[in-house]
Amino acid sequence: MSKIPTLNDLKQGQKARVNKIITKGTIRRRLQDMGFIEGSMVECLQRSPLGDPTAYLIKGCVIALRSEDSSSILVSEVI
Amino acid sequence: MSLACRTFETRVGEELFGIKIDYEREYVVALAGNPNVGKSTLFNNLTGMKQHTGNWPGKTVANARGVCRYKDKEYVMVDLPGTYSLMAHSQEEEVARDFVCFARPDAVIVVCDATCLERNLNLVLQTMEISKNVVVCVNLMDEAKRKRIGVDTYKLSKMLKVPVVGITARKKSTLKSLLETMSVIVDKEEKTQDFMIKYPEPIERAIAVLEPVVSRKIDHIDSRWLCLKLLDNDESIMKSIENFLPINPFEDGEVASGLEIAYKILEESNISKEDLRDIIVSSIVRQAERISKSVVFYEDEKYVERDRKIDRIITGKYLGYPLMMVLLFVVFWITIRGANYPSAMLARFFFFLEERITYFLELVNAPNWLHGILVLGVYRVLAWVVSVMLPPMAIFFPLFTILEDLGYLPRVAFNLDKYFKKASSCGKQALTMCMGFGCNAVGVTGCRIIDSPRERLIAIITNNFVPCNGRFPTLIAVITMFFTGYLTGLTGSLVSSLILTLVIVMGVVMTFLISGLLSKTILKGVPSSFTLELPPYRRPQVLKVIVRSIFDRTLFVLGRAVIVAAPAGAIIWMMANIHVGGETLLGISADFLDPFGKLLGLDGVIVLAFILGFPANEIVVPIIIMAYMAQGSLIELGSLSELKELLVANGWTLTTAISMMLFTLFHWPCSTTCLTIRKETKSIKWTVLSFAIPTLVGIGVCFIFASTVRLLELIINT
Repeated sequence: MSKIPTLNDLKQGQKARVNKIITKGTIRRRLQDMGFIEGSMVECLQRSPLGDPTAYLIKGCVIALRSEDSSSILVSEVI
Repeated sequence: MSLACRTFETRVGEELFGIKIDYEREYVVALAGNPNVGKSTLFNNLTGMKQHTGNWPGKTVANARGVCRYKDKEYVMVDLPGTYSLMAHSQEEEVARDFVCFARPDAVIVVCDATCLERNLNLVLQTMEISKNVVVCVNLMDEAKRKRIGVDTYKLSKMLKVPVVGITARKKSTLKSLLETMSVIVDKEEKTQDFMIKYPEPIERAIAVLEPVVSRKIDHIDSRWLCLKLLDNDESIMKSIENFLPINPFEDGEVASGLEIAYKILEESNISKEDLRDIIVSSIVRQAERISKSVVFYEDEKYVERDRKIDRIITGKYLGYPLMMVLLFVVFWITIRGANYPSAMLARFFFFLEERITYFLELVNAPNWLHGILVLGVYRVLAWVVSVMLPPMAIFFPLFTILEDLGYLPRVAFNLDKYFKKASSCGKQALTMCMGFGCNAVGVTGCRIIDSPRERLIAIITNNFVPCNGRFPTLIAVITMFFTGYLTGLTGSLVSSLILTLVIVMGVVMTFLISGLLSKTILKGVPSSFTLELPPYRRPQVLKVIVRSIFDRTLFVLGRAVIVAAPAGAIIWMMANIHVGGETLLGISADFLDPFGKLLGLDGVIVLAFILGFPANEIVVPIIIMAYMAQGSLIELGSLSELKELLVANGWTLTTAISMMLFTLFHWPCSTTCLTIRKETKSIKWTVLSFAIPTLVGIGVCFIFASTVRLLELIINT
């Protein structure tokens, strides 16, 4: 894959490891508080009825993110 | 900790957090925790209070203070706003941190959710860095048990080296161990920090350089934690130190030179200032992960899967929206159907009582005007508010509370978010709209959950497009009279609910339209980022919610009825009976407003009722009735069908009824809401706009509707 996958690329049921957050400011901190830090495992649970936002399972909690935010989280080891 | 050395903290507690504490007699215990972990339930059960929204973020924690007595000791419990962290990224985090740091509570109870402990531990660890008096309280042990999740509180306590208590906040019997632990820790002298979050080696070295300098300057705050904040160049904590402490200990150069050395150490290890904060945060998160792994056991993953399955249905592609509509419909149907019986009973009772009062007044030879003002004015409006308006309010409110306790509302926000994004506003606006169903003033206050100021303003201005509890009964009454009156029983209530659901959907659509319009005009901007938690589903305490909200709502409405409806009744009666130049005041005002009212498909009396109903929406219909009755046709009103006759006799048609509903949905916010908006926005301009925008929308919608009808009539008649 030429492009680095982001959280937004995950399909329902796929899991991945967080690599890096490429956004700055409050939302970066907020995402980190939720457990989106390098090495955390995330699972894409489902998209909302209209396709956006998407619910993710992180640290045992379900957090919904809009595509703008989830595409700022780079991931690896997509399974 | 001795009580004598706390003079400066007393000042802090009183002046800056808005609470009064008698440090000689009382202990101060702060409740911290993530949102949605049952913190308020615990607070209420410990203090015997009934807070629902006490811990809204704000500069003070004044509304979230309660007293708890245990074994002859008094504890002032302070319910801090729910936060995910204490890093002060938002106002609520700042308040929570400042309270733990500067008010120096004798104990900080960090409430955690046993079903997702790992994320909660993040806050526990952060709190432990600031305070040495932490008690970890693992709540929702019953939910965890149901989901087959085991939490080893003993091991957790061993690892963290602080007391850990497992409880179920809603069961009072489980709270004893917490109280016992609390009573011990508040008296513990000389607390030492046993557990420390380990940071990577260069950071530890930097702290080691800085800490001796800092600890010499300040002894009220944990120096290790403060060093981290200094290294991080945390402006928020520096501002708070200036605010809360009599002198700024860092004004001289000593700390600055210490910092310089510390930064050099970090630079040598290639840690930039931006990296530093990331490293601090991830160190804490990793520590939480490590601890959680050894104290939490999943006996059966399938049970955790249950919530996912429910979510796939409730927020599913095909069923998400239909289910939302069905739920709304069912809630309305129960409200309408359920309100019929108590309404009829109350009405009978009030008219029986009216006869008695009249009889009594005749017996004591009371003058006619007194009977008029007391019985025909005050009493009748009160009777109408209580018999027609109160029952639907008392039924709708607990139903909605149950949906909220279940955890359904965040799913609504999840479903609707795309539309909010299109309107460049925040998805959490759906939550504030849901609060608006109960009361718009509460909805406006609730907008604090939206971080972006622009999006918060949008949510505040548009909150009124959701009809509050006080406006539902009006809609229901009009629908029943003019649309479904001829249908009896089940069919009638089903059709009424359907119409009401459509009206609400219209309000929601208008919210999207106006939000989008605001985002393109006076509140220009792009949607900001946010995270929305979908908390685990929980079993609501159905009976308790029903009993309490019926009781609370009844008291609230009765209270408002006495304060607002009674004077309004007196004013209307006087207006109808004071003559000026051969006409009553009521007649003059109604005549004056009549042309405007007619333009909107209404009439002068209705517009006057809406104006007089500014203090409380539930008195609009009673005022209309009073006004029509005072203008001549004095009939006894016992039921909605008689009321309809009265309205029709005064020129009401189907067009009037529809216009009335439209105007009920779209008009100015009530006085309480306006005051709340003023308080929340701290701006006259936004308050005026919040008043003007729904009003203009209402006038516009009604005018377009009435004009279309008139045009159609014209075409048909020619």
